[in-house]
Amino acid sequence: MSDTAIEATGLGKRFGRRGGRALHDCAFRLPTGRVCALVGPNGAGKSTLLALAAGLLAPTDGRLRVLGTSPAAARPRVGYVAQDKPLYPQLTIAEILRMGADLNPGHWDPAAAEHVVAGGDLEPGTRIRSLSGGQRTRVALALALGKRPELLLLDEPMADLDPLARHELMGTLMAQAAQYGTTIVMSSHVVAELEDSCDHLLLVGGGRIRLAGEIDDLLAAHVRVTGAADSDRLDAHAVVESRVTGRQLTALIRPAGPLPAGWRASAPTLEELVLAHLRNPEAPVLTTAPAATEESAA
Amino acid sequence: MVEYRIDRHSGVATYVQIVQQTKQALRMGLLEPGDRLPTAREVVEATAINPNTVLKAYRELEREGLVEARRGLGTFVRRSLGTTPVDPSLRTELVAWAERARRAGLERDDVAALFTAVLDTHFQGERS
Repeated sequence: MSDTAIEATGLGKRFGRRGGRALHDCAFRLPTGRVCALVGPNGAGKSTLLALAAGLLAPTDGRLRVLGTSPAAARPRVGYVAQDKPLYPQLTIAEILRMGADLNPGHWDPAAAEHVVAGGDLEPGTRIRSLSGGQRTRVALALALGKRPELLLLDEPMADLDPLARHELMGTLMAQAAQYGTTIVMSSHVVAELEDSCDHLLLVGGGRIRLAGEIDDLLAAHVRVTGAADSDRLDAHAVVESRVTGRQLTALIRPAGPLPAGWRASAPTLEELVLAHLRNPEAPVLTTAPAATEESAA
Repeated sequence: MVEYRIDRHSGVATYVQIVQQTKQALRMGLLEPGDRLPTAREVVEATAINPNTVLKAYRELEREGLVEARRGLGTFVRRSLGTTPVDPSLRTELVAWAERARRAGLERDDVAALFTAVLDTHFQGERS
């Protein structure tokens, strides 16, 4: 049994012979049992990374291991919901769920799937094409959860949902994680939406991994400081971002030791941390989870 | 049974909110020894917070001897929380101090800042 859900080394993806690089030299490790926020601006490579992990795209460079094996071999144990929630429009909800049961023999949980559908007051006889965006999301999640996956990959799962449905479905996902130890990766460009539900962060920007690790560890590694602008005593620390307003300097740093006297320090929020890294692409990368395991070296 | 209400904008860490609300329920007698706390699954299904946050809060309550986890059964209340009787002279001294601070020209915010600073030095590592 592997304790690593996803592990990437030197991972890269290029579309077309001359196409731009969607992902470049990505290295990270996501342990099992985590709820991971995959965050980054539009076009950062979030969807590409999820499609690679789902085994729907092949990497151009590097290596990606999912649940201790190749993404293709792991597919029966992985649930994936793409951003556009592809479902057969001519089928009814009941038919879609029966299809889920037929395609996942031996590990289909009809109760889990029906529970998700029932939460939305949806009639089983309704055709997919007549559903709203949010209702389709609900059916797609039902299909993914009914599979009882060990790893759930969700691309912008909450984008089409109203606040009530969002809260309810996030609760359903968290209950799945609590009961079965399911590893969940959800992408979004809104950090606040994921902050309370996730314990792990992958921040992608410009096709690279910018931050990776437990959210608590990443927050603890950074400090917001304010002090006099005429001092340059922050040189000893890794500065992610700094701004001068009048005589005051405000900075987000990764302290390399004790702070110089006279600086006031406070803990950053997750959103501040993410925005500071996205505004400053040259800020050093931080990966707090160990990138390599014995198992993958074997 | 308690039901947790998570306030995302309170600035208080989510697991601390669960610890505080459990203690509040113990003080008010809503939870008594032998009662079962909701399971992590029940809490996260209702609040959409991360399961590890709930487990962290329960571990903290267990560390303080208020609850105990029984394998496969759940987390149960071990003892209730009575408020410690406060020595009345503590209040009298604080009142006298507040009057002196006011006479010295301090405003409410100055006093609050001073008080918080002293609390922070003397109760390091403890949260309200």
